Amino acid sequence: MSTLTKYSDIPYTGPAPTNREPYVPADAEKMNARGAEIASRISGVTQETGQDLPTFVVDKERIVDVLRALKHDLKFTLPLDCFGVDYPRREQRFDIVYQLYSIENNERVRLKVRVGEGESVPSSLPVYQGLNWFEREVFDMFGVKFDGHPNLRRILTHENFQGHPLRKDYDPAQRWLLTEEGVAKIIPQIDPRFAQEEAESDFERVTLNLGPSHPATHGTLRIVVTLDGETIVGADTEIGYLHRCFEKMSETHTYQQVIPFTDRLNYCSAIINNVGYCMTVEKMLGIQSPARADYVRLILSELMRIGDHLICIGTNLVDMGALTNFWYLFQPREEMYGLIEACCGARLLPSYLRIGGLAVDVPPNFLQMTQKLVDSIPRFLDDVDKLVRTNRIFRDRVEGIGPISAEDALDFGFTGPCLRACGIPYDVRKANPYLGYETYDFDVPIADGGDTYARYLVRMEEMRQSLRIIQQAIDRGLPTGPVIVDNPYVALPPKSKVYNEMESLIYHFKLIMHGIQPPVGETYFQVEGGNGELGFYIVSDGTKNPYRVRVRPPCFAIYQAFTKMITGQTIPDAIAALGSLNIIAGELDH
Amino acid sequence: MNTPLMHYLVWPLVKFLIAFIIVQVLVAAMNWIERRLLGLFQARLGPNRVGYKGLLQIIADPVKFLLKEDIVPASAEKVAYFLGPILPLIPAFIVFCLIPFGPPPTFTVTRVNVGLLLILALTSTGVYGIILGGWASNNKYSLMGGLRSAAQMVSYEVPFGLSIVGVLMICGSLDLVTIVRYQETNAWNFLPQIVACFIFLVAMNAENNRTPFDLPEAESELVAGYHTEYSAMKFAFFMLAEFSMMIVNSCLMVTLFFGGWTLGMFGIGLTTDVLRHMGMFGGILGTLIFVTKVMLFMLIYVWFRATFPRFRFDQLMDLGWKWMIPLALGNIFVTAIFILAGQERLMYWIGIVSIGLAAMYLFKPKPKRAAAPGKVAHAS
Repeated sequence: MSTLTKYSDIPYTGPAPTNREPYVPADAEKMNARGAEIASRISGVTQETGQDLPTFVVDKERIVDVLRALKHDLKFTLPLDCFGVDYPRREQRFDIVYQLYSIENNERVRLKVRVGEGESVPSSLPVYQGLNWFEREVFDMFGVKFDGHPNLRRILTHENFQGHPLRKDYDPAQRWLLTEEGVAKIIPQIDPRFAQEEAESDFERVTLNLGPSHPATHGTLRIVVTLDGETIVGADTEIGYLHRCFEKMSETHTYQQVIPFTDRLNYCSAIINNVGYCMTVEKMLGIQSPARADYVRLILSELMRIGDHLICIGTNLVDMGALTNFWYLFQPREEMYGLIEACCGARLLPSYLRIGGLAVDVPPNFLQMTQKLVDSIPRFLDDVDKLVRTNRIFRDRVEGIGPISAEDALDFGFTGPCLRACGIPYDVRKANPYLGYETYDFDVPIADGGDTYARYLVRMEEMRQSLRIIQQAIDRGLPTGPVIVDNPYVALPPKSKVYNEMESLIYHFKLIMHGIQPPVGETYFQVEGGNGELGFYIVSDGTKNPYRVRVRPPCFAIYQAFTKMITGQTIPDAIAALGSLNIIAGELDH
Repeated sequence: MNTPLMHYLVWPLVKFLIAFIIVQVLVAAMNWIERRLLGLFQARLGPNRVGYKGLLQIIADPVKFLLKEDIVPASAEKVAYFLGPILPLIPAFIVFCLIPFGPPPTFTVTRVNVGLLLILALTSTGVYGIILGGWASNNKYSLMGGLRSAAQMVSYEVPFGLSIVGVLMICGSLDLVTIVRYQETNAWNFLPQIVACFIFLVAMNAENNRTPFDLPEAESELVAGYHTEYSAMKFAFFMLAEFSMMIVNSCLMVTLFFGGWTLGMFGIGLTTDVLRHMGMFGGILGTLIFVTKVMLFMLIYVWFRATFPRFRFDQLMDLGWKWMIPLALGNIFVTAIFILAGQERLMYWIGIVSIGLAAMYLFKPKPKRAAAPGKVAHAS
């Protein structure tokens, strides 16, 4: 029996997961009760019990009414996500899943609309304009049409792409020759405010492509703007240049193998993505990572958040011509990656986490190194803050630039620093604490105005708050114990045991060959990423591969508001605003 | 030795060649200095691979430019496209004939009694090359860069010229040598003309498209502005012209406001007469003083570049038309009043007081950063 133990001498006594058991969330009872409460207030919904969120199945004809009722009566003001799941054996094979969040009541809700092949769903844009791109993505990936959507064209794949890749019967080995032939030119719609002037003006308007390869579009974004002089009178954005089929690839890999893919979502804060994904799977498995692993996860998450903000502010300032700040901000980031390298050997894309804990233990001087970082970062922040915040040119460039109102921001599904810059203090770490954030003392900075300057201030202050969290964590000291769960069905046994003990070898073999097999069901879990709520929705069919992995990238919701933010401003403003949104193409394009 | 041929043709040509070589060395050195210095400002190294401390970079860069493939866009307007990089070079080189590097007559190429006007006229033609280049490239970014450049240079030409007027009124001459000689017997012009000096400093940055006025080539907005489509030697020509013009403007700054080749005021110190007494050595010393001062202003260019973000176009125009031009006109008005009253020396106090106030502002004790910065409120 003792050979079952892996990281400690205490034998594992928990149950062995038998395949294809249904997933029962820990708080299913509570959610069922809350779901029944909501169902009594909204007509035309069928509750689905046993889920980790209040879940309802809605007829497709009723969906807009239900969304409207949820938004206005139950204050679900933040549209988080809309995506599809394909069950080809069912008669109505597609689930269109909507996830909404209510900031006032701090609760989430999930709606499902079942549609069959060739059927269409009414567009929910009249209720939530933030679902615009999400619906386009569903159309692109599943071929489900949305009636009344004003611009229902492919979003992540090329216009000449054939088929809908996230359908289960799509063969990923197919290749398409994609050329510019037959692709409609993007002509931005002129904003009504400027439509009148066009007729009266003698001057020709110019349509200009910013990107996909442009110095200011970090990553590969494309913005098409129509200019009147230097004023943007119409704009359109095109994304998908960095689409790497994260969701489709996940379906053919084991749960453990998906972790490196998550690194590449928001590559500026890779560990946070790891944390989000691993915790989602852990939630599904019903396991809790050890205290030591949680502690390291928290410290590295906060460091990564700092790194993410450093990049955002640094590149934003570079775009405004303040080149020096870039290096001042990259210096601490470089040192931060040194710490991560000391932990796991990789820098930008560490893949340090494993489901159930960490890949390896931290180095013995982890806390000293972290303390050194925490001591050094404020100096750089203060330097940059002093250099730009008192600078008249900088203030003129950012104040009132790229503004968005709080209502619009909510409606577009903003989360993270961009939402907080509008004065709404929503932070997943406070609202739904994970990793023990509730035991740390920190503030959620907000600013008003929702402009580029507000976003700068919020990010600056968030870094200081993150430092506060890390300092508190250092003061508490590193918990002792293993860094990965003591569960042979989740974590690989150490090599020394694999080579010497039969059972360990078998578990090693089983885990490598058959992977982790969570119970059958679906779950959603969210963490606070560098840019906002980063959520993972996983459907498991009990096999080693996830049936469906859905990532809720915060950038995706934010970037769709970009055209609205820059219309009426000039190109330099658009560049400044773009930098302050911190659009990471890896995350935006999945 | 003193035949008219020698006097009017050979000597000036030889002197021009020497001046030209000095300036080209300065340009090359400046390129290296700027990059090293920016490295210092920006907590990084700068070029340090080729030669000692990267000094051979000075040679490596031109070699690279010469050997690179020269790409001409198929749809470019060929003649204008080729003229683009050449046009700004011509005035940049001619102007060096007019600048007194050291005590005259030996250390000046030519002495023109309307030298300043001629310099202004020549330097303002540099913009044609940029407009032509921007337009001929048949690229929207280039075009916008060219247009921005045209508007900006035309706008800043006005305060640039107006700021000089005050100096002319005090010195009573357009001849650069006379202006320098006036400064050594009185105070250097930055004291009575501190406002003009400041305007000149800003306008010369704008004239050269340097940060924070580098909108025509704003790399994050317009890719590279007017020279987006230029490669190899043509691009190098643009760079050469830009650096040459930086040196020209620094030379003007030194000549007009900082005593040229002299190192003395009120007839005390290393004045022209003292330098002449030293013979040839004095002349070289004067030239060295001049070059040192010029380099100091070149460093200020770099310092600006390392410090400031870039203006937005309309803000740039606002600054030019709403602030700089009225300020320059006001300066002329005030100067005129003092001159009419015959109290020119009283104006020194303006300079002294301004410098004092600036120093007080710079060195005043700074309050500690408040826990919560201005606009950010906390909610938990």
